[in-house]
Amino acid sequence: MILDRTNAPLIKDAVDFDIQIKPYQLYTLDNGVKVYAFEGGAQEVMLLDLVFSAGNSYETKNWVAPATNYLLKNGTSNKSAFEVNDAFEFYGAFLNRSCYNETATISLHCLTKHFTKVIPVVSEILVDAVFPENEIAIYQQNQIQQLTLNLKKGDFIANRFIDEYLFGIDHPYGKYSSETAYNQLTRDDLTSFYNKYYKEGECTVFMAGKFPSNIESILNQYIGSLPLNKNVIEKPVHPIIAATQKKYSVVNDPSSVQGAIRIARHFPNRHHPDFAGAQVLNNIFGGFFGSRLMSNIREDKGYTYGIHSYLQNHIQQSAWLVSTDAGKDVCRATIDEVYKEMAILRTDLVDKDELNLVKNYMLGSLLGDLDGPFQIIGRWKSYILNGLTEEYFYNTIETVRAIQPKQVQELANKYLQEDDFYELVVY
Amino acid sequence: MIQFDRFQLENGLKVLVHQDLTTPMAVVNILYNVGAKDEHPNKTGFAHLFEHLMFGGSVNIPDYDEPLQRAGGENNAYTTNDLTNYYCQLPAENIETAFWLESDRMLSLAFSPKSLEVQRKVVCEEFKEHYINKPYGDAWHKMRTLAYTKHPYRWMTIGASLEHVEQATMEDVKDFFFQFYRPNNAILVVTGNVKTEEVKLLAEKWFGPIPAGKPYQRNLPVEPKQEKNRSIDVRADVPMDMLMMTWHMGGRFDENYHATDLLTEVLGGGASSRLYEQLIKVRQLFSSISCFHFGTIDPGLFVITGKLVKGISMSVAEKAVLEEVEKMKHEILDEKEVQKVINKTESMICFEDMSIMNRAQSLAFYELIGDAALMNEELEKYQAVTPQKIQTTAKTIFEDTNRNTLYYYSKNRA
Repeated sequence: MILDRTNAPLIKDAVDFDIQIKPYQLYTLDNGVKVYAFEGGAQEVMLLDLVFSAGNSYETKNWVAPATNYLLKNGTSNKSAFEVNDAFEFYGAFLNRSCYNETATISLHCLTKHFTKVIPVVSEILVDAVFPENEIAIYQQNQIQQLTLNLKKGDFIANRFIDEYLFGIDHPYGKYSSETAYNQLTRDDLTSFYNKYYKEGECTVFMAGKFPSNIESILNQYIGSLPLNKNVIEKPVHPIIAATQKKYSVVNDPSSVQGAIRIARHFPNRHHPDFAGAQVLNNIFGGFFGSRLMSNIREDKGYTYGIHSYLQNHIQQSAWLVSTDAGKDVCRATIDEVYKEMAILRTDLVDKDELNLVKNYMLGSLLGDLDGPFQIIGRWKSYILNGLTEEYFYNTIETVRAIQPKQVQELANKYLQEDDFYELVVY
Repeated sequence: MIQFDRFQLENGLKVLVHQDLTTPMAVVNILYNVGAKDEHPNKTGFAHLFEHLMFGGSVNIPDYDEPLQRAGGENNAYTTNDLTNYYCQLPAENIETAFWLESDRMLSLAFSPKSLEVQRKVVCEEFKEHYINKPYGDAWHKMRTLAYTKHPYRWMTIGASLEHVEQATMEDVKDFFFQFYRPNNAILVVTGNVKTEEVKLLAEKWFGPIPAGKPYQRNLPVEPKQEKNRSIDVRADVPMDMLMMTWHMGGRFDENYHATDLLTEVLGGGASSRLYEQLIKVRQLFSSISCFHFGTIDPGLFVITGKLVKGISMSVAEKAVLEEVEKMKHEILDEKEVQKVINKTESMICFEDMSIMNRAQSLAFYELIGDAALMNEELEKYQAVTPQKIQTTAKTIFEDTNRNTLYYYSKNRA
């Protein structure tokens, strides 16, 4: 029999997959800290993620939150920065810190067999970080140099400015670093932020992988005994002050051969009923390799190496962005094509076949994204921090499965209106 | 320990299968034994441009991505100096879609002129985005041509110049395809929720009928031993000075390979490494510094590169790096420091092996260099490295005549 290569093999539609999110286990430590845990995986490794209400929403002076987070592991009363780092690295463990808008995290990745060797050092950092003056000075010097370098890059500038236009320079989502901000940091700023938001702060733990058998008692000993969650942390309210001017063109480097393009509008947060449907529309528009923006602007015209649209991952309020770097001579043409694609989505019903492809792609990737213990706890973490439950997970899947071309078009008419978008090109 | 089964089709295609029943997904990975090092010196960047063309439709299927996405799958590819690798992940129940797509583009591409025209432009934009429109973007081009005089590692995968990419013709594309993209020059690895028997049937069905090509005899010029220290000065509109040093090292089969890898960790792996502690923290000469090696199959480069703190002179910075390097030749590391880098390597291997995607890529790579089972012997090889071995390795590599230096100066310097 001759093999027929022109017809695709039969597939099971991803919309017909039974997609489940496996449940977490929840413990509460002696000090009230909640631990969300997912045990599993083939490798003897684990992840411990400590999430503090210590994002830049809580700082009263620019860059104190990220600097405190970064310098947490640069020394305690008993250990120099080198000794703290060595204590983790000797056991092949990685301690990463990240500062976001609402939260700031300390993440430990390690081999399960070494967890008991490194968790005491995590504990030590949480009660006794001392922020030595010379460590702060080195941080300031090197961050300023890094910033000077980044400011040469159009895409870096574009990311800063578009957030500023959307949210305002004083809003946690809109502000950014500067040489002045780095220079004005003092040891007092960092220690008082640390005392309030880490040492006696609000903490939630997420954990995944293979655990040692007595994990609960280990956590109680090293995390459950700390003075965490004692005070109620007041959630600051930051008004959004968006720019009135909508279109910008900035020359950063006259010799640049490309322009960094950002096109953005406000969008509600994940609790809004349109959020899940908008994700379907976003995928059709510019959310994956097969999207209309990619097909038109990269695969048909070759204006760019890549173009993407996405919804920002913010808790208070999101934004819908289109982002690309395009050849200098084709920036205007690229922007025109983006608006053209918006217009087509508003006027023409999306083809059933295309919509079905996007649904399958979204649900297939969701299945892949839930593969592995770190991925599963990562998704739970995102839901819990956004105040969502598993209902959101199943509702989203249901929305993706059920949405029809008509609803996609309605969403396009509601949200993909050229006049609502900020537009920026940095050359 | 990663278990796998292995078989070969009559046309020479090697197939490896690794089962993991804990996942609902499957990965189909195809590695072609062709990289930028196989390019003609006047047609560089071709292997990578070709990778883009592999998504421009095949003889029976107008579009590669669409049917895969419809089956709930995702894919990507990369080109290195040594190899080109294509991978896709999809729900295991739809795995046949991947066999259908991958086998058709191995059978023959559509060779569409439009695809060539567009992808030439896309790659030119990629070139601009990463190598022109970026501070220090040309540093690696310059370092490679300085360090290599004969071996094709002297150009980057993106190509030596935009012109080479712009001049690629359809005839070049066809020749390249039928020379390298044949079953006997490829390794197929399937991982995830699959059975070997099922993979065997699918492989026979879809890949079996593809004719073998003429075996490719790789015959690359060997880089002669460097006899003299080489350096160049660059001045550009960058905010700070950068120092980049490289030394020639052995290839993937060199007996010092694992010791070399650990040596980079001792010097530059993490915030408790020597260069970080001494040069960033204690002496404050650099604002950032890193140490790594190429990890290439043929003899590669050992690299130390960093940006200088404003006001520090290049010669002071260079001397300080060389002092640290000299210590490695004259001191025997204590057991604890060696244990640290071995522990770190063990940890990195375990984290890497978590996903079926990484397992597939590692199996393919180790099969390419001789035997996929080598993947399971790596940790032991690292554990066998002694402090003495690291010292002998350092002595071999850190010869002054073996060194290449790029002094990258800021034009704006007062």
